[in-house]
Amino acid sequence: MTDMTATYAALEPTRAEKFRQRTVPLILFAVVLLVIPLFNPSRSMVTLLNHMGITIVFALSYNMLLGRAGLLSFGHAVYMGLGGYFAVHVMNWVAEGSGFWGAVPIFSMPAFGFGAGALAGAIIGWPSCRRSGTPFAMISLGVAELVAAAGFMFDSLFGGEMGISADRMGGPEFAGLSLGPVDEVYWFIAFWTFIGVLGTYAFTRTPLGKLSEATRDNPERVEFVGYNPQRVRYLVFIFAGAFAGMAGGMSAVQDEIFTPESLSLIPSGAILIATYVGGIRYFTGPIMGAIVMTYMGSNLSDYTVGWLLYLGLMFVGVVMFLPNGIAGIVYGTADTLRAGRLGEVWQSWLLRLAGLALIATSVITIVEVAFRWSEGYGEVFEPFGLHLGTDNPLTWALGVLPLVLGVVMVMKAAKGESK
Amino acid sequence: MTASLELTDLHKSFGPAKIIQGVNLSVARGERHAIIGPNGAGKSTLFNLISGRFMPSSGEVRLNGALISGKKPFEINRMGLSRSFQVSNIFTNMTVRENVRCGVLHSMGYGYSFWRNIGNLREVSEKTAHILNEVGLLEKGNTPAALLPYADQRTLEIAITIAGGAEVILLDEPTAGMSHSETDRAVALIEKASKGKTLLIVEHDMGVVFNLADRISVLVYGEIIATGTPEQIRGDARVREAYLGEEAEDAA
Repeated sequence: MTDMTATYAALEPTRAEKFRQRTVPLILFAVVLLVIPLFNPSRSMVTLLNHMGITIVFALSYNMLLGRAGLLSFGHAVYMGLGGYFAVHVMNWVAEGSGFWGAVPIFSMPAFGFGAGALAGAIIGWPSCRRSGTPFAMISLGVAELVAAAGFMFDSLFGGEMGISADRMGGPEFAGLSLGPVDEVYWFIAFWTFIGVLGTYAFTRTPLGKLSEATRDNPERVEFVGYNPQRVRYLVFIFAGAFAGMAGGMSAVQDEIFTPESLSLIPSGAILIATYVGGIRYFTGPIMGAIVMTYMGSNLSDYTVGWLLYLGLMFVGVVMFLPNGIAGIVYGTADTLRAGRLGEVWQSWLLRLAGLALIATSVITIVEVAFRWSEGYGEVFEPFGLHLGTDNPLTWALGVLPLVLGVVMVMKAAKGESK
Repeated sequence: MTASLELTDLHKSFGPAKIIQGVNLSVARGERHAIIGPNGAGKSTLFNLISGRFMPSSGEVRLNGALISGKKPFEINRMGLSRSFQVSNIFTNMTVRENVRCGVLHSMGYGYSFWRNIGNLREVSEKTAHILNEVGLLEKGNTPAALLPYADQRTLEIAITIAGGAEVILLDEPTAGMSHSETDRAVALIEKASKGKTLLIVEHDMGVVFNLADRISVLVYGEIIATGTPEQIRGDARVREAYLGEEAEDAA
């Protein structure tokens, strides 16, 4: 018996391993959050960071459904939106400052968003979690349309197209933060981002969190070990709604406005893409996806009007060739380096990178030339002093040759690796 | 004393197809009971009716005297009946240890708990270790279930089934597709795991059936044509005619 217990103990991660794998990343994350302001980021940079924090919590909540429970939702923005709207209303009650609401600090808004998101999840999830798979996805789509439509109809609740705005400087201060300047909002966002990461991670370690993975893998077997898979899905759905609502509360304070647009399919699709691109099989995947997609969404649009197209292409590429997303690349690379196998693979990696760069060259050429041509203002794509008009043979050469060469190189690299 | 498992005049039709036609069966507590019969006789359907996967068209199923037909599988499981599947039905993306732990959780009273750290539940860890050790998968505890060799997946299937400590265990062809030596190991495991419990088993391997079972029922076209000890079944003329033929003589 003692022998067996010893073997089993060997199966479980040791205290040191647990510390290294679970506690250390959290501490590192907290340190990063604390250190960022020391670099004196610009105001626009801080705003970007704040939006990253919000998207991180939102994406993690979405992955509770998609990655962990295997539930594909097309309407997750509903819960962030409803949580956010509730927070905006609470902020206005706080600003009026009478009775109970006068004593509520704006700092606590994400907690109100959490509650509202949980409530919305509990109500909407009741019918929709009876099904999984395609019916669940379709119901989520219908609900998203319904709620977004309601958002545009009920002006007193949602403020019509203009939305409802609020002021984050009302109410009593918390921890000496007036929340006026954006770098004070940073601390607020950093705190709640950490709570969101901690909370969603802790959830994966609970019996319910493990059961949600079991229900994803095999709902039928879950029934035969004594659990109702509908109940498991429903409870997970409520938590996912709650953390989405928390992100909504964070967003309410950061942007001081919510519009019915936030309930629509567009942000729901965006969080699906961010989560998937980040990697749904890893807990940290959605975090990476949220950071990358928020950054690209905010910066790529400065360079080109075709940025949404590039995001779309990237999403399709990830779905087809990188099912484990950015996190898959990061952890795969780390594993290779740790195993000391860089020597075996560096050639094929280099080949693949060069191939991808060539493919990108062609794609960018085609897209940039095409939309300038279609706009009809006679504007011409001129990278590096080149004049790439539709009448320039070089344009066509750049659009085709690197693409062909790149595809061949990538395929060769893939073949080399599979050997 | 009430029977552990009692089927009374059980019927099941899918549209015009009558799959189970009036099955009566009583399995005593602690008995190892095997169900045999040709392909398409309705053995798996019978298991699905007992375990709640299908609703009977008519008739009833009682577990320790309590009516369970019409209940959901998870309700029946909580009342102390557990089953395995003919095709391995495991949690493929989880490790072996996590698979067994899922089977243990509910019986330990951790319903849908979301306020506890699963790693800190000592009784759950110990029970999981005990089950893993019993089935001989302790060394492979951290292997992802999908990567297990076939025979080990079948073993894991049994491990999940017994993990919840159910008193009545239904095994659907536990040795299907196994080699001789693997079958021997599986039989030893089933004997050990079903000690003191009621076992209902569907099996094609007659060697296994006649070794393991206290009593055997023969299901043909949705009806039980004979029930008795292995000797009685072996000597039963109708059984020979309907099904066993030379197989029984080989096994004897």
